[in-house]
Amino acid sequence: MTLASPTLPVETPAAKPRRSNVVIDFCRQQPLGAVSFVVIFAMMFAGIFSPWVAPYDPLSIDFASLLAPPSAEHWCGTDAFGRDICSRLIYGSRTALVIGFTSSFVGSTLGAILGVASAYFGGRIDNWIQRFVDILLAFPLIVLALVVVAAFRKFTVAGVDVNLIVAIAIPIIPRVARVVRSAALSVRVMPYVDAARAAGYSHSRIIFRHMAPNVVAPYLIMLTAFIAQAILAEASLSFLGLGVTEPTAAWGLMLSGNAADFYKQAPWMILFPGLAISLAVFAFNLVGDSLRDFLDPRFKV
Amino acid sequence: MKITRRTALQGTAGAFALGLSGFNFDFTKAEAQAPNVKRGGTLNFAISAEAPHYDPHGSDTYATLHFAAPFYSTLLRFNLSKFPQVEGDLAESWTVAPDLMTYTFKLHPGVKFADGKELTSEDVKATYDRMRNPPQGVVSTRQPTFADIGEIQTPDATTVVFKMKAVNAAMLEHFASPWNVIYSAKDLADNPAGPRTKINGTGPFVFVEHVKGSHVAGKKNDNYFKKGMPYLDGFKGIFTLQAAAMLNAVQGGQVLGEFRGISPAERDRLVQAMGDKIRIEEDSWTLNLLVCFNTTKKPFDDVRVRKALLMAIDRWGGSVGLSKISTLRAVGGVLRPGSPYATPEAELVKLPGFSKDIKASREEAKKLLKEAGQENLKFVLWNRNLAMPYTPAGVFLVDQWRQIGVEVEHKQSDTGPYLATMNAGNHDVAIDFSNLFMDDSSLALSKYLSLSRAPENRSRSTDPELDKLYDDHIRERDPEKRKALIRAFEKRVFEQGYQQPILWWHRIVPTHKTLMGWKMSPSHNLGQQLEDVWINT
Repeated sequence: MTLASPTLPVETPAAKPRRSNVVIDFCRQQPLGAVSFVVIFAMMFAGIFSPWVAPYDPLSIDFASLLAPPSAEHWCGTDAFGRDICSRLIYGSRTALVIGFTSSFVGSTLGAILGVASAYFGGRIDNWIQRFVDILLAFPLIVLALVVVAAFRKFTVAGVDVNLIVAIAIPIIPRVARVVRSAALSVRVMPYVDAARAAGYSHSRIIFRHMAPNVVAPYLIMLTAFIAQAILAEASLSFLGLGVTEPTAAWGLMLSGNAADFYKQAPWMILFPGLAISLAVFAFNLVGDSLRDFLDPRFKV
Repeated sequence: MKITRRTALQGTAGAFALGLSGFNFDFTKAEAQAPNVKRGGTLNFAISAEAPHYDPHGSDTYATLHFAAPFYSTLLRFNLSKFPQVEGDLAESWTVAPDLMTYTFKLHPGVKFADGKELTSEDVKATYDRMRNPPQGVVSTRQPTFADIGEIQTPDATTVVFKMKAVNAAMLEHFASPWNVIYSAKDLADNPAGPRTKINGTGPFVFVEHVKGSHVAGKKNDNYFKKGMPYLDGFKGIFTLQAAAMLNAVQGGQVLGEFRGISPAERDRLVQAMGDKIRIEEDSWTLNLLVCFNTTKKPFDDVRVRKALLMAIDRWGGSVGLSKISTLRAVGGVLRPGSPYATPEAELVKLPGFSKDIKASREEAKKLLKEAGQENLKFVLWNRNLAMPYTPAGVFLVDQWRQIGVEVEHKQSDTGPYLATMNAGNHDVAIDFSNLFMDDSSLALSKYLSLSRAPENRSRSTDPELDKLYDDHIRERDPEKRKALIRAFEKRVFEQGYQQPILWWHRIVPTHKTLMGWKMSPSHNLGQQLEDVWINT
């Protein structure tokens, strides 16, 4: 792998100790980002270990506890089926993370490949790709996701709606492609890329082995930032009845359905899922920003 | 009771008719009933599902009927002011032979289809022939109902005579079914499946457009045979698949009503928001949700598995909880609870799936699954994506079956694919519905007949014993013997567990108080021609 870092400052003996431990450096320089990481790790922990963490079965109906307010028994109250909201939030983090991370990963990765390829080939190919990207960028993320999910319906594999992931991933592709292309354009003119071409390496080898690794920083930043957007899109689509279906525990779904009928009587039905979505989106956005600040050498000057 | 010209004419017709006589309604005087009627305007109303096709003969979802009923007429129809009495629609008068073997209808003269062609008795004959003996490629869910018609004669252009092969005591009411809309014989000759995609009726409104995902629109039929009707200039049925969107539309005045029904919580929300601007009408409902096993698929071909799954459902507990949050309410068998032939609670609890001792019932269910080698049973529950009450019913069933260790994936779909999947037999287990327009047992029980006789039997079961019990009960004119046969039929259905009602619905209809003339009934299939509806602006 060839690393190009012509803009990085020359390491000085004084600067070296600050980078001796990346985690400590990150925490010191980006405290909000560090807190956000903790929130995300907590979410991941809750999602992975939800059967042990959740106090109740999230699907278990209890008509005797219908719309019970928050109490020692039910920390976040119960919904219109008497289901424990806290347990559904904990299980819901699985849905949010699986769909959020997978959509963002697929969309960002495809976008990065498209962006690097566009920058590498240039000329007419670049022009065509960028005009296509322009068309996709003209649609807001949620609108494009709505169209895709409505067109393809549901296709579940192991309980996960693949089409929902695709629907959220597609609008991410052009956004990442545009950003990554701009980073890749500067890499494209590096002498080692010319050298690789002169050596007769294939296009795919040059793109994947010599250019792509040098745009990892913007890729990672976009990846984390779009996890937040994907979680929000999943919640929005579920709210609109196009995402996951009942009785699956999902934050957006918890805000829809009969929550609209009972929110005045039982405001906790919408308060806690709303808080969970806000917190997750906030945390992923902050992590994205912090990573950008931490990894981008221009912010070090 | 006020004696109107209408009731006087009804009485006159009754006196002169042979045998059982019908009503003779002078429609030119219809307005006499509503002297303050205001004409004009377009009625916007909500339809919570989009019609899978336009043909009521081959449908049992209200989505088709609320869409298509204003464009069509039927021979007879129910008088909603005196439900379940019938009155004439296309039939000006009718007679029924004392032995119930001959029904003669005299049609209104000068009735025209939307394409300008005049309606004759041949159109009625072609319509009923299509329903009782559908040609290749045509589905008729009315086939069992009209199987007893032996011959249809058309002695002249305005007379139709139905000669029966066997007695069906409820035949007159079946002629009033809102699903039996009259098509043009010429249209059917050109393309028997044409009514699925093309509308040409004699109803109060003429089809204007169907914008998929948006609305269906109709305009006043200027050639409508009931002079002075309809009162409206047109209507627009707006598809509001999301309950929240429908409620907001009602609340905001974009629609003046939703004629199917809403949940108690939705009712409370509208009343709170709209105060005295909203009219709420409630009634029990001739409609239930069924759990339906595809008996042609393993392991649902095993009666032990089906029975186990039915026995795991706590209907009595579910009724208490679900009635607070959905339109589901009463526990009942194959007939509407409280109706004359319905099984009383004391007998119902002895049938599989209706025990009040749910713990014992679930233990028995686990044993049955073990015997059938299905302790780790997993399947997909196929459901309609209507929030009310399909989603609560799906959530409820998933929970009930998890309690005996069964893992269920809940899949919901739009009305079209939902019905298509079930009709093609591609489901494992489904939440189906029994959508009746009256309490008659010959109608309610027909859904459970063998698939060859009842295309709407989505359990796809074949049971000659049930078919025989059904036929025997239709012929039986002694009420007690008839009741006994219904009980035997019901016991057989539930013992075999092909399909079984989950809960019966409770109907709550919200309409703006400016909407006049629309009448509430126990069925959302009735009263949707909208001819006598008007807007009091």
